[in-house]
Amino acid sequence: MHPVLKLVTQRLALGLLLLLAVSVVIFLGVEALPGDTAQAILGQSATPQALANLREQMGLNEPPLTRYFSWLGGILTGDLGTALTNGADIAQSIKQRLGNTLFLAGCAAVISVPLAIVLGLIAARYAGRWPDKLISGVTLTTISLPEFVAAYFVIFLLTQLIPIFQPVAMVLPGMGFWAKLNAVALPVIVLVMVVLAHMMRMTRAAILNVMQSAYIETAELKGLSPMTVIWRHAFPNAIAPVVSVVMLNLAYLVVGVVVVEVVFSYNALGQYLVDHVTKRDLPVVQAVGLIFAAVYIFLNMLADIIGILANPRLRHPK
Amino acid sequence: MRIPLSALIGLALTGTFLFVAIFTQWLAPYAIDDTTGGQWEGFSRMHLLGTDTIGRDILSRLIYGAQVTIFVALASSILAFSLGAFLGFFAATSGGWVDQILSRFVDLVMAVPSLIVALVILSVLPLNLTVLILVIGLLDSTRVFRLSRAVAVDITVMDYVEAAKLRGEKGTWIIFREILPNALSPLVAEFGLRFIFAVLFISTLSFLGLGIQPPLSDWGGMVKENKDGLIYGKSAAMLPAAAIAALAISVNLVADWILTRTSSLKGGRGG
Amino acid sequence: MADNILLQIKGLVIGATSYPPGEPPKEVTLVHGVDLTLKRGRVLGLIGESGAGKSTIGLSAMSYGRGGVRLTAGTIHLNGREIRLADARALRSLRGREVTYVSQSAAASFNPAKQIMEQVIETCLSHGLASKPEAEARAVALFRKLGLPSPETIGNRYPHQVSGGQLQRCMTAMALCPKPDLVIFDEPTTALDVTTQIDVLAAIKEAIRDTGVAALYITHDLAVVAQVADEIMVLRHGRMVELGETGQIIKAPVQDYTKALVSVRSLDHVEKAPAAPILQVQNVTARYRGTSFDVLKNVTVDLPAGQTLAVVGESGSGKSTLARAITGLLPPSQGRITFAGRTLSADLAGRSKDDLREVQMIYQMADTAMNPRQTVGTIIGRPLELYFNLKGAERDLRVQELLDHIEMGKGFAARYPAELSGGQKQRVCIARALAAKPKLIICDEVTSALDPLVADGILKLLLALQAETQMAYLFITHDLATVRAISDKIAVMFKGAVVRYGQKSDVLSPPYDDYTDLLLSSVPEMEQGWLESVIAHRKMESAGN
Repeated sequence: MHPVLKLVTQRLALGLLLLLAVSVVIFLGVEALPGDTAQAILGQSATPQALANLREQMGLNEPPLTRYFSWLGGILTGDLGTALTNGADIAQSIKQRLGNTLFLAGCAAVISVPLAIVLGLIAARYAGRWPDKLISGVTLTTISLPEFVAAYFVIFLLTQLIPIFQPVAMVLPGMGFWAKLNAVALPVIVLVMVVLAHMMRMTRAAILNVMQSAYIETAELKGLSPMTVIWRHAFPNAIAPVVSVVMLNLAYLVVGVVVVEVVFSYNALGQYLVDHVTKRDLPVVQAVGLIFAAVYIFLNMLADIIGILANPRLRHPK
Repeated sequence: MRIPLSALIGLALTGTFLFVAIFTQWLAPYAIDDTTGGQWEGFSRMHLLGTDTIGRDILSRLIYGAQVTIFVALASSILAFSLGAFLGFFAATSGGWVDQILSRFVDLVMAVPSLIVALVILSVLPLNLTVLILVIGLLDSTRVFRLSRAVAVDITVMDYVEAAKLRGEKGTWIIFREILPNALSPLVAEFGLRFIFAVLFISTLSFLGLGIQPPLSDWGGMVKENKDGLIYGKSAAMLPAAAIAALAISVNLVADWILTRTSSLKGGRGG
Repeated sequence: MADNILLQIKGLVIGATSYPPGEPPKEVTLVHGVDLTLKRGRVLGLIGESGAGKSTIGLSAMSYGRGGVRLTAGTIHLNGREIRLADARALRSLRGREVTYVSQSAAASFNPAKQIMEQVIETCLSHGLASKPEAEARAVALFRKLGLPSPETIGNRYPHQVSGGQLQRCMTAMALCPKPDLVIFDEPTTALDVTTQIDVLAAIKEAIRDTGVAALYITHDLAVVAQVADEIMVLRHGRMVELGETGQIIKAPVQDYTKALVSVRSLDHVEKAPAAPILQVQNVTARYRGTSFDVLKNVTVDLPAGQTLAVVGESGSGKSTLARAITGLLPPSQGRITFAGRTLSADLAGRSKDDLREVQMIYQMADTAMNPRQTVGTIIGRPLELYFNLKGAERDLRVQELLDHIEMGKGFAARYPAELSGGQKQRVCIARALAAKPKLIICDEVTSALDPLVADGILKLLLALQAETQMAYLFITHDLATVRAISDKIAVMFKGAVVRYGQKSDVLSPPYDDYTDLLLSSVPEMEQGWLESVIAHRKMESAGN
């Protein structure tokens, strides 16, 4: 088998294995913690009879392994069970909200990825000079802020000091695309700000790393123009690290989205997760947690695979 | 030795925050839960930074919040650090299956974003200080583990460690005299970064309502309490937000300085 | 004959900014006013130790300063035009067209993502010097001239798919393809094994002669440059020491520094008579854990007390692995090692304190062999503490004695390794070994990372110490000049086995086995015409077979 194919297959298998292991942790690990879901739902004043009934009803008396496999089987067939708190079908609730989350994260990605690459290029091109120092200084500050603090700075600035936006992002079914876009403008700005800083700094480092290679000097000493050097010699070698940077930060976006949705009371998956953590609704938390974990693992795996595909040593073995 | 301006600012601010966190009881003008004014009053002589959503003095709550925030962050980063560094060194010097098991387990935990793991765990556990410190500390120890293991592995392959082994030195001498002095500086800088991470983490959890619970209150929780004021143009939520930012940035500046000092020492004067 | 002059440099000053840690940046001068004239078709060798500024001067012929290096003053005329102050566009048009560059590491200088041919002809195409088929034909002709295997197709490979010596030749082809007036060769053979170096060197020389191109040939090895250069300029600390025809420089040098450089490799050592061995390595076979390949194959050598056994071979010959087996770091799978009459435990853990004390080791990289956080006093004092229980003033006194022994004066005990020069660091490592009062010191390429003059000093010190204390040395090296300088016995290793072994005079005189013959005849000698005679000799032999 071609070594690249072998490595990619290995990486895919590893991703699946990791996902399976994470599902075990999310289900069995959490159940093993000293907390009683039934008690949590009914509160301290519940009668032992009510507790026993609820445990029976939730299947908590079955052995954990049996419950894990029925849970896993359910997930694979699209059945995520029902929420403890209101009995709603979890798969249905997730379906309604997943679209909103993807819309928000998608908008942020569409803006931040090209912006980060362009800014990273500029910073790398003028490394050590003022454009670099300015970009690096600003991004260092935003990196130090938690997402919700950044969010309130943006809200304060854009709704109070320069009032051009609404501080709440409501996306309703039936809204047109542009109306939706307008509604999510603020949360998107916040997400872009948070992700951009990381992505741009890592892009800059990746490009600088390539630009310091001896083969770039060789190209310069061939009398090639700076654009040719970058396009023909730096770019093919920078693709892999830059794409990998982008993927890692898109994975980071997955986390950022949870907090930002809460800040803007945006009705989507992150808000749904936090709500149900507060309500101690374990089935919902486990299902949504697994979805977030799966996206994160998938993006990381993709970054690795692109790195493998872009490596000439692997593509053209001896 | 010259300390650059940015590091001086960082040191001064970090020092101030620590001072406030230690001498809270003497510095705060009011008790943490005293309702001494109206809702969202502006800056005044009575309330230097105004009042919050139910009329409590914001300055006092900020000062108490500093104590809670810094205490939780410090405790969890110390936990993360001692556990992570110990296991990291242990894995690096033992090698073999010990290293494999520890490293693969850490890979597994780090395969999922910490916030998601924390949310899942906190949906079952009771929300109190001990649980929060343990959860943040344990999650963060995975990162310390990776760094200290990597640093230790780099050092154990150096010729001077081999020379010590050939000389017949015992394991304790090799760890404490040959490896630790060379690993210390990157680890100290890492401690700063872990502390910031813990500050951001506890603030985020509190903001989501899953961190510090009343009557205690930290900065993240204060942002949550006062966020509705923003719609009416009341800036009360911005003050704790600014405090979080200031603490994070100042510790970052110090850590950054330690990190550059370390790397330049490595090159040596001859290089 | 002014228009016969290709390159003329006058009063060249080169500066750079250095960033010492914890101090403000300061300006340093790397080259202090150097003059240089190169006629068309001639080869000028630039020679000097590290820090002499030879590469910096070489690159100035392209008006290029590496990594923040600035050409501060003076004039550089190439083909009659001033280029030090030329603008970017003018520089682009001359780089790659009039002047090209061959670096020390072709492996790093080729773009890993592109095929070799594309990179070799790139200059021709971007400067519009030839059409693509023409350029490819030129490249193939050059590949053939440079003796590359399958010249028609080697260009379709990626850089990592060919060997180091081949890639170095590909880089030469890349430099010659646009038919430049001048090629700068910057240590093109330094990173290669000695038997590979001679082929590449011969290929480069032939290519220079056939194309009639002028060249600046930069190297630290006088014997190498003597083979290719018409003239040699000796540089030191950014200043010219001496300039002359190659024959004059190597036969009748004027300046003391040049004389030292010329005689540096001629250190000779009279071999001692055979005696009873202190170390015996018997039938040792070893492999690394998890591999199925023997890195040592049935090695048997012995070493008399107070004498030196040189273990010589190229990279991958297993010579350093032998040292690891003797020290117990790599327990052999078969065989026995006896030392001072007792059998040594195969594993390090099983050895007594005296076993450990009496066998000491000195490493190639003194930098990584000393803990950067310990002072010289601690480094040398630790064996005294550990083995002889010396403490306090007594220990300090002995440390100073040892420092005197290695010709380093007072005040060094308090310094850190980073504050020492390369030679001083290696001396401290020697003192650390001496402190244990060993009967055997294993020296693993201890002079390879040092400049020739400094290396000479270390060898002389080691010989003096041996005469005084009757220590035995196991001396691992790839450099035959070093072998001549220090050994009593020699073991030649190739692919994990000892292929030739005996007293120095026997090993170094004919009849030779094939590998030893190849190895010995590949070491450049300090005389003109040596390269041609070796190549002619080899061609004759292969024709005879």
